[in-house]
Amino acid sequence: MQRSPGQVALALAIALFLGVFLIVPVATVVYVAFTEKGGGGLTLVNFLDFGRTDLFVRSFWNSVYVSAMTVVWASVLALPLAYLTTRFEFRGAMLVQTLGFLPLIMPPFVGAVAMQLLFGRNGSVNLLLDEWFDFKIGFMEGLNGVIFLQAIHYFPFILVNLSAALRNIDRSMEEAAQNLGSHGLRLFRRIALPLALPGYIAGASLVFVKVFDDVATPLLLNVKEMLAPQAYLRITSIGIDDPMGYVISVVLILVAVATMWVTALVMKGKDYATTQRGGGGLARRHLRPREQALAYAVVILILALVLAPHVGLVLLSFATVWSYSPLPDGYTLAHYTRVLGDSSVYIKNTLLYAGLAATIDVVIGGAIAYLVLRTRLRGRQWLDWAASTALAVPGVVLGIGYLRAFYGVNMPDGTPLATLWIVIVLAIAIRRLPYALRAAYAALQQISVSLEEAAENLGATKARTVRRVVIPLMTGGLLAGFVTSFATAAVELSAVLILVQSNSDAPLAYGLYVLMQTPAGRGAGAALGVIAVLIVAICMWLSQLAVDRSQRARGLDI
Amino acid sequence: MFRRSALALGSALGVVLASGAGFAQTGKVTVVTSFSKDVTDPIKKAFEKAVPGATLEVQNRNTNAGVKFIEETRGNNQVDLFWASAPDAFEVLKGKKLLSPYKPKATGIAEKVGSYPVNDKDGFYSGFAASGYGIMWNERYVKANKLPTPKDWQDLAQAPYFDHVSISAPSRSGTTHLTIETILQGEGWDKGWRMTKDIAGNLRTVTDRSFGVPEAVNSGQVGYGIVIDFFAFSSQGAGFPVKFVYPSVTTLVPANVGVVANAPNKAGAEAFIEFLLSPTGQEVLLEPTIRRLPVRPETYAKAPADYPNPFKDKNLQGLLTFNAELSEKRTAAVDTLFDQLITFQLEPLKAVTKVLHEVDAALKKKDNAQARALAKEARDLIAAMPITAAQAASPEIKAAFTGGKQKSARQAELEQQWAAFAKEKYTAAKAKADEALKLAR
Repeated sequence: MQRSPGQVALALAIALFLGVFLIVPVATVVYVAFTEKGGGGLTLVNFLDFGRTDLFVRSFWNSVYVSAMTVVWASVLALPLAYLTTRFEFRGAMLVQTLGFLPLIMPPFVGAVAMQLLFGRNGSVNLLLDEWFDFKIGFMEGLNGVIFLQAIHYFPFILVNLSAALRNIDRSMEEAAQNLGSHGLRLFRRIALPLALPGYIAGASLVFVKVFDDVATPLLLNVKEMLAPQAYLRITSIGIDDPMGYVISVVLILVAVATMWVTALVMKGKDYATTQRGGGGLARRHLRPREQALAYAVVILILALVLAPHVGLVLLSFATVWSYSPLPDGYTLAHYTRVLGDSSVYIKNTLLYAGLAATIDVVIGGAIAYLVLRTRLRGRQWLDWAASTALAVPGVVLGIGYLRAFYGVNMPDGTPLATLWIVIVLAIAIRRLPYALRAAYAALQQISVSLEEAAENLGATKARTVRRVVIPLMTGGLLAGFVTSFATAAVELSAVLILVQSNSDAPLAYGLYVLMQTPAGRGAGAALGVIAVLIVAICMWLSQLAVDRSQRARGLDI
Repeated sequence: MFRRSALALGSALGVVLASGAGFAQTGKVTVVTSFSKDVTDPIKKAFEKAVPGATLEVQNRNTNAGVKFIEETRGNNQVDLFWASAPDAFEVLKGKKLLSPYKPKATGIAEKVGSYPVNDKDGFYSGFAASGYGIMWNERYVKANKLPTPKDWQDLAQAPYFDHVSISAPSRSGTTHLTIETILQGEGWDKGWRMTKDIAGNLRTVTDRSFGVPEAVNSGQVGYGIVIDFFAFSSQGAGFPVKFVYPSVTTLVPANVGVVANAPNKAGAEAFIEFLLSPTGQEVLLEPTIRRLPVRPETYAKAPADYPNPFKDKNLQGLLTFNAELSEKRTAAVDTLFDQLITFQLEPLKAVTKVLHEVDAALKKKDNAQARALAKEARDLIAAMPITAAQAASPEIKAAFTGGKQKSARQAELEQQWAAFAKEKYTAAKAKADEALKLAR
């Protein structure tokens, strides 16, 4: 495990990539936080102002509370789904895994409208409750409303990472415990859960940071007294020269890095790796009929809850007029015919951008995980931390940073570098890199070093070991990372909105934004949203299929 | 392996970058706009038909983002036109020397619409359509909750409207900013703020997107919204059960278009402006999804029967003369005051407003002079302002927002002061109101 020239070159290449496409652009914007407004030298007075402003302090604690509670509720939703589908012979497990992922792909704007129509003060649920029982429930009120929506929205992070981790557990561990007389919940609590911990922690820390930095959901509920919305509102309305927006951004970045650091501390000194491979993960057991009924009831209940927004979205896309009533007045196909003409170019761009971005993320995320966990290069942790800060950098900041850093750079024919669509891809890749990184990290933590050592003892070079041992064993985790990055990249908006230069280069999210600028456009927007969700769902289902196949191929039949 | 794939990726990027170059064509007019597809599509179609060989490339950004985009890319500008509603945004661009002057050749355009001059006096941007502000409401919502129909701003401050009204924050929406500024100019600083806060006490939400308000009204999440007219008209056009009214204190403001400085296709940009002002271009504005008020008086002859006509309709004429210079001086102060006194203090403000409505109801049944006096004290506490009209427009306050030398305090300090001021007054007002309610019952 000493450093080789190849590893050093790899680390430098990644550092260069992060430097050029993340740190420099962000720095061109964020340095404002350290200057007094209207020019002047460096100062920390803005951070003092942050501490002195009641609104910001209140927002900070609100954000902490909401993020922590969301992790709790997201775990409650994710645990049963992950456990039931990976541990038992469960018909439709793959479908559940795919459907359980959908909440993450909520198209911007129309998603919000659909939620309001279902759960809002005068949404379907409350109108019906009011009619039958004379009361309403404030699903969407205040901080608890944010927690409700965030848990539904982000629990797939835990689901995906936990499922990947559960699949990676060596069945012999469980068999050993069973031989010693352990079973049922105790078996789960003492064997499966601890061994799957890296996956769970990867998911939970992502949820925490993501909720802490999320702008869209609080704003759709009109909750402004949280930190990320404060940063967003200030940067986009008060002005680019106002330092406070960037001070908040710096605080967000610090919180994200601190979370990753604490996560690393928790995991430190523990070994989650198991050596026996090739078993294809946990044995799947049969459920007794009564257990099966219960399991299906739980799964269906959870899916009904988390997919409600998508049901609302589909209704909205077929609705003529839907106003103050439990269901739309009538149904039409007009919205689909309207968007169909425009959407083919959007769809093509979305698939291209999200596919490229997710590929970049998996390659770089996998490489960083390898460098951090398997080498002793000095400062390797910094790569991880730097990449993780991308979680906390608001999309607008990254977008403006790209304009500043790359608009002055001309292509040979005189067009600015920043007008090329590849810049959009890079921006999305940077924004989604942490997802792939966490997944790769968790996957590698579960693989024992001794397998690589064995390969090297047998004469394999480092590169060959990586290719023949590490990557095949990480496939599940890497694919989970690819899927997460891909699906969320497909609906990314904030940075895209700033960087899109022409309609022919625009992805779906931009098309949605344009449609939603008018009240007359929400049906069409919903139709486009449904198309986006369908496309991502199909891609995910295909990749689930691939995971299943590859596991079966090297699994039990051998 | 990783290194190899990183290299492969790098070279793939290189190929892509090289092949992506060279898409500029002649006749392409690039416009940055805040207008929706519903507006830009018909106009684009008509323009490309009217000017053969031209293509309109539309970049959709909200007004603030559009301004920022043009500012950030000024060194290497690729945009020909800026096209948006809020005159403020054009003032900002003009102030930063990001527009180049152009005097349209079209004749027959009105000098003023309502009482607002159509064109910039220095010729940096031209008005092509007008819009006014008002109140829209959802008829089903109003019927189901047995609520009244509003006619004027003051109505929204009445008890029945409590928790049923929505507005977008003026700091987020150029149109709302103008609405508030209009109220302040029409009623005066102190009286205007008093009215604004009375209405604000009844607010359900303060949204951060201007189209969040019509959306909430259309879907029935709130009953009433303070919006620009075309939001209501296009909602009606889409079939939603909504109505709209212009209050007595309103102003018509032109939507504008201007040539960006160093435009790559200046001739094309000018052709587009001429088209917008031509009879054909003006008629496109009458389409149901657009519904803006043309600036060419003769176009109204072709409009549907119930179309508002600012050159004929009495309620749209001789309205308040909008003082754009005053508005520009105190823009940041007004927006920040609204945010700190209302948006971020909405809960305490609503709490005291609710009690005051109850006091009024109790007093109607049985009068009580002491309670009445206490309620008035509470209302005065709510109406209190941390700064005067003169201070709001003063260079010291302005400098706090722009970072100028004369500033007396940093923006963050001002904000905290104003927020603390509002919190203290609302708490005191709540105590008075509670006491009044006890007496009145």
